[in-house]
Amino acid sequence: MIQGDVKKRIDTWIANYPEDQRQSATMPALRIVQEANGGHLTTELMDEIAEYLGVAPIAVYEVATFYGNYNHQPVGKHQINWCNSISCYLRGGEELRAKLEQKLGVKPGEVTADGKFSIKKVECLGACGGAPMCKIGKTYHENLDEESLFKILDELE
Amino acid sequence: MVHQNENCFRLNHLERSYDIDVYMANGGYEVWKKVLSGELEPAEIIEEVKASNIRGRGGAGFPTGLKWSFMNRTAPGQKYIVCNSDEGEPGTFKDRDIHRYNPHALVEGMMIAGYVIGASQGYNYIRGEFWEPYQVFKKAIEQAREAGLLGKNILDSGWDFDLHVHLGAGAYICGEETALLESIEGKKGQPRFKPPFPASYGLYGKPTTINNTETLASIPMILAKGGKWFNDLGVKNAGGTKLYSVSGHVNNPGNFEVRMGTPFKDLLDLAGGVWNDRKLKCVIPGGASTALIPAEKALEMNMDYDSIANAGSFLGAGSMIVMDETTDIVKVCQNLSHFYWDESCGQCTPCREGTGWLMRVLNRIIEGKGRPEDIAALKDVSGKIMGNVICGLGDAATIALASAVDLYEHEFMHYIEHGCSIYDRV
Ligand SMILES: NC(=O)C1=CN([C@@H]2O[C@H](COP(=O)(O)OP(=O)(O)OC[C@H]3O[C@@H](n4cnc5c(N)ncnc54)[C@H](O)[C@@H]3O)[C@@H](O)[C@H]2O)C=CC1
Ligand SMILES: Cc1cc2nc3c(=O)[nH]c(=O)nc-3n(C[C@H](O)[C@H](O)[C@H](O)COP(=O)(O)O)c2cc1C
Ligand code: SF4
Ligand code: FES
Repeated sequence: MIQGDVKKRIDTWIANYPEDQRQSATMPALRIVQEANGGHLTTELMDEIAEYLGVAPIAVYEVATFYGNYNHQPVGKHQINWCNSISCYLRGGEELRAKLEQKLGVKPGEVTADGKFSIKKVECLGACGGAPMCKIGKTYHENLDEESLFKILDELE
Repeated sequence: MVHQNENCFRLNHLERSYDIDVYMANGGYEVWKKVLSGELEPAEIIEEVKASNIRGRGGAGFPTGLKWSFMNRTAPGQKYIVCNSDEGEPGTFKDRDIHRYNPHALVEGMMIAGYVIGASQGYNYIRGEFWEPYQVFKKAIEQAREAGLLGKNILDSGWDFDLHVHLGAGAYICGEETALLESIEGKKGQPRFKPPFPASYGLYGKPTTINNTETLASIPMILAKGGKWFNDLGVKNAGGTKLYSVSGHVNNPGNFEVRMGTPFKDLLDLAGGVWNDRKLKCVIPGGASTALIPAEKALEMNMDYDSIANAGSFLGAGSMIVMDETTDIVKVCQNLSHFYWDESCGQCTPCREGTGWLMRVLNRIIEGKGRPEDIAALKDVSGKIMGNVICGLGDAATIALASAVDLYEHEFMHYIEHGCSIYDRV
């Protein structure tokens, strides 16, 4: 996996840190490899990162399981990160999530049968002024209601 | 009249405010040039920052000038300036907009801070979900480098400075400054014991200064117009302007940059007032880790450290969560307790276990299975966490809850006695 473009991207991150601190690139490497693998990590991939950075495999597993944005199970092509925290809750985020689950026919943690969508419950995404909100892929969608949310989903390839 | 947008947001009304041309056309990087030319010396800068009375905008309110003075600029060895853009406290979303609308103020603030403390390298830790703000910031770094304001021997001054980004990956705890350093080092984000503070043992064990995004982005204006100018905008013990994130039950949620000491009422008006023609029930003034303030007190207070402390809470990061008269406080507590349980890094037993206890007791109360002794249990568990943990997260998990139990105990009791909320018609 760590070759070509993936390798180039990881190397750019390694160059951001002091020469003797390759371990610092663990997080970016995990993100880049996860992306290239369709959204989730495997033990083999984590081992490959450990070897490439010259750190113990356990150091990579620790990081990969500590941070919420690394996935260890397959996810949908479009991963919907649904904010569950207080400001989104106050503005109807929970009710809207129920409608989303109904529309897609999946619960958080599950992937739709066609592999297109998965839902993940997350904590505050730092966009509480646009509550309720979610992140799909890398994009924030704010001030959602049933109509705008469903329109966004329908327009995704 | 409420004065707005005098500092970090002063360019927001301009098109392409994030662009270096717009920034420079409005005085941007002038301070940096003065610093490099030797016209403004480090000791002088620290004096100005002290005079400005700016206190850390990340929430703890530590005086910034004092923090900078802990660094020995001329000591040999690498030093670092680190910006905390992890912004994860529920209700807080101001630093995101600094990145989106005025990234060059942050770049310039980091350059100046780095120079003052003797750090030739800087890292901006941006939460990983902030992809768009990260792109804008990255572009700003590139523009500054192209303009010769970053890099080696900048403008022939003999000073080198370079700026990097580290992206988070979904862990609120990495906003705690020492967890953040661990995270840049490529480890789990678990806070270190303090002391030593980062000024003596920081990133890679080197002397490091960490400041919040808003703190650093305020520096160029403070130095352009003088510490006194900034201080005089605010009130006693609270110099300058502040970004307030207003969310929850208001008509027009958003970020508002106003002067310290602005009446809460005025801030609420800027945010369009309470929605649906309802009355205010209470607010959480400084993000999820601060105590609730009931409407009567909130409507009388001003937005500064002392006034909010007098009202029984804490200014924190300036994250005002507004709740209307129909809000079920027990459910609010359930939501907050889930957050802390989810985000505890797990290294201290009272926090790891206690946050789970609090959440389960609240779940049980809401499911109608509460027991009369549960109120005492909430207090008891909170008391066992408070003060017995490594970082502020554990304490924070108990603060809003404890205040809610004090102020609205009858709402908890109603659930326990009737199995439902006081707002449920039986
Ligand atoms: N912006 C956000 O998203 C969030 C903000 N917070 C805020 O963070 C606050 C807690 O932050 P902490 O860093 O734990 O507070 P703290 O009081 O331990 O430290 C504040 C700052 O002052 C420095 N400092 C304090 N005493 C020092 C000393 N004797 N010598 C040298 N440096 C010293 C620390 O290094 C730190 O940079 C909370 O009050 C909360 O409001 C909490 C969660 C999220
Ligand atoms: C659990 C926890 C989370 C925190 N999250 C943030 C954060 O997201 N952003 C921030 O600037 N400070 C955060 N802080 C405060 C930092 O530890 C530190 O005080 C701050 O970055 C110092 O910068 P300042 O003096 O400019 O405010 C957090 C503290 C704790 C205990
Ligand atoms: S108080 Fe909680 S979050 Fe902080 S170090 Fe201890 S376990 Fe981790
Ligand atoms: S509470 Fe949903 S983005 Fe902050």
